[in-house]
Formats: sequence, C-alpha cells, structure tokens
Amino acid sequence: MKARRKPKLAVWKFASCDGCQLTLLDCEDELLAVADVVEIANFPEASREVARGPYDLSLVEGSITTPHDAERIRTIRKQSKFLVSIGACATAGGIQALRNFRNVREFLSIVYARPDYIDTLPHSTPIADHVFVDFELRGCPISKVQLVELISAFLGNRKPNISSHSVCVECKLRGNTCVMIANKVPCLGPVTHAGCDALCPSYNRGCFGCFGPKETPNTSSLSHQWSNGLSASDRDIVHAYRTFNAYAEAFKKEATTHEP
Amino acid sequence: MSHSQRNPGGPSKRKKITVNYMARVEGEGGLDIRFRNGKVEDVKLNIFEPPRFYEAFLRGRSYTEPPDITARICGICPIAYQMSSTHAIESIVGIKPTDTLRELRRLIYCGEWIESHVLHVYMLHAPDFLGYQDAIRMSKDHPDLVKKGLRLKKIGNEIVNTIGGREIHPINVRIGGFYKLPTKKELIPLQNHLEEALELAKEMVTVTAGLEFPEFEQDYEYVCLRHPYEYPLNQGRIVSNKGIDIDVSEFLDHFQEEQVKHSTSLHARIKERGAYHVGPLARYSLNFDRLSPLAQEAAQQAGLGETCYNPFKSIIIRSVETLWAVEEALRIIDNYSKPEKDYIEHSPRAGTGHGCTEAPRGILYHRYKTDEEGLITDAIITPPTSQNQKMIEDDLWHFAEKYTELPDEDLKWKCEQAVRNYDPCISCSCHFLKVTVDRDGKVSKV
Repeated sequence: MKARRKPKLAVWKFASCDGCQLTLLDCEDELLAVADVVEIANFPEASREVARGPYDLSLVEGSITTPHDAERIRTIRKQSKFLVSIGACATAGGIQALRNFRNVREFLSIVYARPDYIDTLPHSTPIADHVFVDFELRGCPISKVQLVELISAFLGNRKPNISSHSVCVECKLRGNTCVMIANKVPCLGPVTHAGCDALCPSYNRGCFGCFGPKETPNTSSLSHQWSNGLSASDRDIVHAYRTFNAYAEAFKKEATTHEP
Repeated sequence: MSHSQRNPGGPSKRKKITVNYMARVEGEGGLDIRFRNGKVEDVKLNIFEPPRFYEAFLRGRSYTEPPDITARICGICPIAYQMSSTHAIESIVGIKPTDTLRELRRLIYCGEWIESHVLHVYMLHAPDFLGYQDAIRMSKDHPDLVKKGLRLKKIGNEIVNTIGGREIHPINVRIGGFYKLPTKKELIPLQNHLEEALELAKEMVTVTAGLEFPEFEQDYEYVCLRHPYEYPLNQGRIVSNKGIDIDVSEFLDHFQEEQVKHSTSLHARIKERGAYHVGPLARYSLNFDRLSPLAQEAAQQAGLGETCYNPFKSIIIRSVETLWAVEEALRIIDNYSKPEKDYIEHSPRAGTGHGCTEAPRGILYHRYKTDEEGLITDAIITPPTSQNQKMIEDDLWHFAEKYTELPDEDLKWKCEQAVRNYDPCISCSCHFLKVTVDRDGKVSKV
C-alpha cells in the first residue's frame, strides 16, 4: 500500500507580537511529535526551508494593517485548504486596532519623524474581514491546549472540541470565588470567551478580556454592574473593552456607548 | 566609520545579495547587500514589520496599564516589557519594591532569560552552525541535542508560568508587586527541575563551545546595565566600554532614535558616536566579575576570556548566561519566604518616569509622562533590536567582504547567520528579515 503523504502545515505572520506562533514552539512536549505527522512546509520563525503550496493547514497570526498584507492574505487563502486564524490580532485586529478609533495620521506623526516613509492602512482588521476563515482560535495569546487540540482535530478530520462559553463558567469549574462579588474587583469574565481556564480570577485579579467576546455577551448588563456596583467610571469601562479585542463587534459597540 | 571605499580603476562589477524574508528570527525583515568590484557597497537591514503605534495609543491610558499593554509588543520577552514599564511607573508614583518583591521579579526574569536564550541557541542559531535548515531537521541527526534543549526551555517557561500564570503575556505582574504571590510550596517543584536544568545548562555551554566560529571581531561599543554587586537584570547604571556611565533617567541625553527609509523600526545611536551593541556580549564583557563562580568557570572552560568581541560566540555566552540564570533562580527560591502583602499600594501622580532593564536581547528603555489623574501623556519605548540595527548592518559590512568569493547561496546563509548572532526581535523593534545579493548589478533573491 502506498504511504499517505504528510499534510503540509504553514504558519503565516501579519501585524503581531509573534506570541501566538511561538505557542507552537512552546509545545516542548508535543513539537517533535507534531513534526513527525505533519510536514512543516512554511514556518519562517522556525525554519529557512520553504516548500511551495498548496498547504493543507495554514495558521495565520496577526492583523491586516498594510495594502501589501491585504493582498498577501488573499494569495495565502488561495494556497490553503484549511485556514485558521490564531490569536486576538488575527481574529479581532489586536491591540493595534486601537488606531481604528483615532486618526492614523496623528498616530504616525507621534511615532515617526517621516510619516511619508510608512505605508499603513487607517484600520487594523481581522483576517476574516479579508478572506474566508475556516476556524478561529481566540486569545492574547492563544491557549497551547487549544492549539494542540486544533491540530489533532485537523489530523483526525473532526471538528475541534473548543468551548464557546464564558470565563465565568471556567471559574465555576475551577471552584474560584467570584472576584467581582467577593472582592469588588471589576471583571470581564461574564462576557469573555473561555480558553484561559479563568487565569486572572485565579490570581485574584479581574478578567481583562484576552479571549474577546463570548457568544451572545450581555455587555450592557455587565457595564451597569460595573458602574452601579463597583463605581467604575465611563472611562474605566471604555478602557476595559478597548484592549486586545477592541475591534471585536460586541466590545467595540459597548465601549462606544460609554465614550464621553 | 566610512563605508564609501571604492576600488579605483578597472571596469566596475556589481553584485547584490537579497534575503527577502529572513527565517529563524522573530518578526518580518530582510537583507540587501550590494557589492561592487568585490567590495561591499551598501548594506540594508530592511524591516517591513508593520508598525503598531504603541507609543501613540498609550497616550490617555491609565498609569496602571503599561505592564499589560506593552507586554504585547513581544511574545518572546513580555517580562522585559513588564519589568521596564513597571520600574518607570513606580518611579513616578514613588514606590520602591520590598526586597522579596524585587527578588521575585528577578526570578520571573530568570525564567524568561532561560526560555528565550535556549529557544535562540538550540532552535534558531545552532542549525546555522551545524548546517540545518531548522531544529526539526537537526533533530533527525541530533535527537538528544534538540530534546535536551526543549527540556531546558520548558523549565524556563515553568518559572514564568508558576509566577506569571502563563508563559506568553503573563498576567501576575502589576505596579507595586504582584496580584498574587506564590507560596514557598508552589515554588518547591521548580527546585527539582532547576537542579536538572543546571546540568543541562552546563552541557549547553560545552556543546556550544565545541562549534566552529569564523575569525571575526569588531571594536564594539558595548552598552549595558551595571549593578554594584549583581549580574544586571532590573537595576543598575547604564555603562559602556567607551566612557558612558549614566543614570537610567539620562538615557535620552546620550542616545537618540532616527528614522531610516528602509525600516519601520527606528535606529538608535549614541549621539556623539553612532552605532553601539547591546545584549549578551555587552553584558558579559562588562560584567564578567558579577557572574557566579560556576558560570565564570564554565566560560573559562569554554575558552572564553573575560571579554568577547566575536559576535558568533554570542551562542556560548547565551549558554553561560542561561547557566547563571538557573543558579540565580535556585538561589532565589532557596531564600524565598512569602511576604504578607502581594503589592505596595499606590495612587496616581503627575511626573516623568524612566525604566531600563536587561531584556534577553539587551537593554530595554521605557519613559512615561503622566498627569495628576494618572493618565499617560507621553511614552517612549526603545527596544534592544532598534539599538542593534546599525551594529548589525556594520557587522555585515565587514563580514560579507571576507566571503565575497563564496557562491551566492552560501554567502546568503553566512550573512543570515551573522544577523542571527543578535537574536533580533523584529516584532519588538517595530513595535523587524529577507536577504538580497547584488553582485555588480546582478540581483539574486531567496
């Protein structure tokens, strides 16, 4: 019988901190096993070797912020059978999407003496705004467990088993005391997508929304709780929603409601 | 330094080496080297990593936010950003961490040094020396090497994970201390792993010392921190081997950033003199006496002197620093007992604060200005890779010239290796690699 060809894995980077693709190299116990069953065909952070497409699985990190990158993602989509965007930059535009609420020209002149040398788009946008995305892994950064599950599911030709409930549910599963009720600490847990295993509340701090909005989040109710029960100001609420997932629809909308 | 030498007389022959997208570095950058009559005519380290405007959107944010926000500049060294920003802000609000909090910060930083150095030594740099495209392919012939590297890297990450909550963008660091301090019991499992790491790190020094190194030295101006009695991490004066000895708050008086057309990352230079070198070579050469006896002995057995000016040997020095960091982590855990308070209380204050700490790649400077409400009115962040960019170009200028006779493909690889000596973090520098070879007008790209 003919041996089956190893599926080709490609990892792509757009505007980002490299942390989500580093998650793959941080899988110290699984990395060599993964490399045994897939061909790492394009992963510049790890290898000089570049194999030509098409690729069976493309992991895309980062957001689209330049005209050149908007073109590049289309080419990558054409070469990819499955395309998965990984992390808050790729799924929501990342922290660099804070430019979307301001004038990018003004931002350019704060950082660069010659803004005219810099080619950038006015908005930082997620991958799904440009091409069809087969699956999204949330988080700033993504979870190692979810990444390994995603690759396993792809190899097993099944849907990844990744929950879409809130961080609140993860707190209950861990048996955490609610930081909002017990310590009066503002927490985004009720509206934030699971994946971190309720990390911040386990460290006595409120969730700050690394995994972005959960399905059907009741953000207005949470803001009401923050301002009435915890005397949070409108500015506090705007800042809380405007971090790594600022341009995700539910967070974007809620922050705008509280803008002065 | 003049780079305008020309071969007088004879027909002019041109050549250019291009690396379009440099591999095994963090972030997006490339390299163009132009040759004319066998002499290097121009070197450009192109950085096309898209800009992310951190300094701009920090304006108007709360003084408590920089540790979480600036960590996102770099997924490989988030602790460095958390440490420099925390120290800068703490100098504004007027708090000094207690001895135990200070030690715990050193411990989590040691974790990041181990994780980052081992990633670079075994996964990114060693394949150049041994002739492999990557560590995965290298693992087919040297399985033991790669497995031990992954194990050591994992132990570094365990430190970050235990104290910080997760390896990438940890969540436990805050202005004044930590959200939740670990108990002594929580640190005990690390001890056994660190004992194992100590042996792995000694082996790493021996393995890297056995590699072949090109004869190449440069008269660098090394810049790093120097502390009265410690190998530098979070605190110290900024010093150089050519006369700089300043307080962290004087950084901008002596260093400046300038924009060049071929890079979205600003180039930093010493105002009076130009290019300088930050990172492991600088730290080691100016702080050898602050290393532990074990690390000093390992360095000497590896054939290193008390200073080192061959950038390719940075791979040995990263290994020596890893050994030091493992020892230091063990010492801190040994002495640790959990204090009562997780952090020191603070309230907003108007002012200007400076922070400079030793990221794995070199000094990372932050400066913030805040108003009475504690909102940030201005931010400046100077990462190590911005500071090394000019030096990398300078190294390539001298290095490429020695190897002009090599075939393009081999020359490219050598030049890439020379860039990787710096473990450049392009994502950091933009808050940056591709190589082009141009020989007498004939351009080849990879």
